[in-house]
Amino acid sequence: MAEDVAEKEDKKGKLEEPSPKLLLTSSPHALGADSIESIMWSVVLSLIPAALAGVYFFGFQALQVLIVSTGSAMVAEALYQRFSGKGSTVGDGSAAVTGLLLGLTLPPGLPWWASVIGSFFAILIVKQLYGGLGFNPFNPALMARVFLLIAFPVHMTRWPLPAPLFSGIDASTGATPLGELQMARLLGKGLGKASELNLWDAFWGNIGGSVGEVSAIALLIGAAYLLYKQYISWHIPVSMIGTVVVFSGIFWMINPAKYAHPLFHVLTGGLIIGAFFMATDMVTCPVTLKGQLLFGFGCGLITIIIRMWGGYPEGVSFAILLMNIVTPLIDKYLRPVRYGALKAEVRS
Amino acid sequence: MHTIAGEGIHPRDEKSKTTSISIAVMRPPDKVVIPLSQHIGAPCEPLVKIGESVKKYQKIGEAKGLVSSPVHSSISGKVIAVGRFPHPSGNQSNSIVIESDGKDEPIEGLKGFSDYLKADPKELRDAILSAGIVGMGGATFPTHVKLNPPKEKRITTIILNGAECEPNLSADDRTMVEMSKETVEGMKILMHIMGVKDGYIGIEDDKPAAIDAMNKAVSGTGIRVSKLKKKYPQGAEKTLIKSVIGKEVPSGGLPMDIGVVVQNVGTAAAVYNAVCFGIPLVERVVTVAGKGISRPGNFKIRVGTMLEHVITECGGFVGETGKILFGGPMMGLAQYSLNVPVVKGTSGILVMTKDEIRLENFRACIRCGRCVQACPIRLLPNMYSVLAEVGQPKEAEKYYILDCIECGCCTYVCPSRRPIVHQIRYIKADMRKAKKS
Ligand code: SF4
Ligand code: SF4
Repeated sequence: MAEDVAEKEDKKGKLEEPSPKLLLTSSPHALGADSIESIMWSVVLSLIPAALAGVYFFGFQALQVLIVSTGSAMVAEALYQRFSGKGSTVGDGSAAVTGLLLGLTLPPGLPWWASVIGSFFAILIVKQLYGGLGFNPFNPALMARVFLLIAFPVHMTRWPLPAPLFSGIDASTGATPLGELQMARLLGKGLGKASELNLWDAFWGNIGGSVGEVSAIALLIGAAYLLYKQYISWHIPVSMIGTVVVFSGIFWMINPAKYAHPLFHVLTGGLIIGAFFMATDMVTCPVTLKGQLLFGFGCGLITIIIRMWGGYPEGVSFAILLMNIVTPLIDKYLRPVRYGALKAEVRS
Repeated sequence: MHTIAGEGIHPRDEKSKTTSISIAVMRPPDKVVIPLSQHIGAPCEPLVKIGESVKKYQKIGEAKGLVSSPVHSSISGKVIAVGRFPHPSGNQSNSIVIESDGKDEPIEGLKGFSDYLKADPKELRDAILSAGIVGMGGATFPTHVKLNPPKEKRITTIILNGAECEPNLSADDRTMVEMSKETVEGMKILMHIMGVKDGYIGIEDDKPAAIDAMNKAVSGTGIRVSKLKKKYPQGAEKTLIKSVIGKEVPSGGLPMDIGVVVQNVGTAAAVYNAVCFGIPLVERVVTVAGKGISRPGNFKIRVGTMLEHVITECGGFVGETGKILFGGPMMGLAQYSLNVPVVKGTSGILVMTKDEIRLENFRACIRCGRCVQACPIRLLPNMYSVLAEVGQPKEAEKYYILDCIECGCCTYVCPSRRPIVHQIRYIKADMRKAKKS
């Protein structure tokens, strides 16, 4: 046996020397191609059609809002990283997404300083104070929008009417279709001027409203791209918009003179941008697909309740933020049924 | 066509580089290191001493305990060492080192059954035991044990695993194409032993040649070939069963709880050789692949052959070597030395170059849910990852971490590059430690 031991020691020394410089890591040894960067910059890309449509319909005042909000969000991110001593994450695209989304939900012609305040609020307070990307419980762009709405109600509800680029029309202001609907509702006048809305105009974006909310077609093009890339799934948008359609449809069928057509609800206000780009914000929505269906349903329901009976003409922002609060609960209780779970319970 | 419902992933694939390369017999090495532990269960007791001469197929390690499997010499020659040597699992294992005499002389008196489909199942099982056959898909569970379930578990179905869902590997594919007769006969033997009528062979649809060959070979036998839509990790036992017969193994249970036994196609072929000719498991088909190897291919390699010999026989390295894996890129084990032997469970050897390897710092979970959607067991990998990071691994038990099969889907898809499987292993180890103390 002594021989064995000798051999063993001898061999051990020789055998253990790693020949080439070999890397030792845990499996899997192959990784998918997507990264935070690829996802975030794709979201930015997907918002470009809506941004272009906004600039087309509202001119340079829209361009200014978008540039200021996006730029200042990135500046805020860079400054925070600088002073907190953390590595820079401006390049990951998440600040750009927040700034651009915020800009798209602001009224064209909003003073530049308001955009800056909104972006700084979104990045510094809503995102970084909670620990940065991944830790914020609320969608930063939506929080900032609601903050601006409360802090600067006058500026936030001045809606320029479309004055397409190079059309020579001077910008004037007016109410948004949803604003008119609420007005008529509060005055007990049924649909009022809202009934005159041309749904085609709403589809293309030729109506008053926020910079990037108005053109359904531009938003849908971007959404289709995200769905195709599988950066979002259909669950939230379909259940959110579906819920709005079903509920508004029921009321419309009961009394079309008093309640607006479901398509009116889909095409005006922020439903489409909210359903495809805000509610689907991965950080603040549930991780399971079942949870996402429930989340979308909640967003749709709250939206339509606010629109029909609430004190604001538009309910999408509030609806999504309220559902953000519920996300942890949904994730806690609506877990996937793991493989083999049902049978195990039957067995024991 | 069947596949895992909704879960799993489609990893990038490089099978095409080796699928059409026929199995070549690799030149036997001058020296083999044969670990006494090439299976799950108790290691073997050595039967030979230093200086002793052995022949090919001679039993050199005796199975010890109920879950164990003997080992045999894969060459003829002289025992030059018995001791602890590196094992591809990353640990050291008691091993027997044999220097070849160059004659490759087999032991005499190997006996098989001529009328094996009429033989007593118990005798056949003994033949499988003494041939040292273990699951060759990588899990290396002793086959005779799997074929001898407790009486109260009635087995009704045998599924042969030809899914081979790991990217880069094609050993099972080639086995089915070139040894379809052996594989199907082996399957018949398995079915005879278990007395079952329902036999399936699950093959993913990216192996048309294998599907053809197996379809031909099974005609008239009643065994069905299930064409499965390609998806990783379909070849894992649990997902394979779900894909082929639509049933789920109970959480915490085994396939036999629902009357199923799964065997790898290579195992079936080995069973045939053992039963028909009495040939023990001393060589296996291995895919050698990857950008970092000069001549990739599928090879019949003797158990105990050093990685170094395999690399030399395949023309050596190309480019700057980064990682060498035993197994595929999704579940394979990285090796730190070229002095590890090919063992019964080695289905592939993958040589990756430096530029294929991305080493990035991981970042916060952005809750994208991709890992949740990818998990074939429908768990919450994001939770495990976060709990490991914040130092509350115990919480993970409530999220059924023990059901995790460590397939790596979650880690593959994570855009934050979180090392989720690594964290899961860490938590599991922690739990085991806590249980012991
Ligand atoms: S949690 Fe486990 S079973 Fe699920 S994907 Fe990750 S490694 Fe696979
Ligand atoms: S894939 Fe990564 S980032 Fe996404 S939820 Fe899972 S752990 Fe978090």
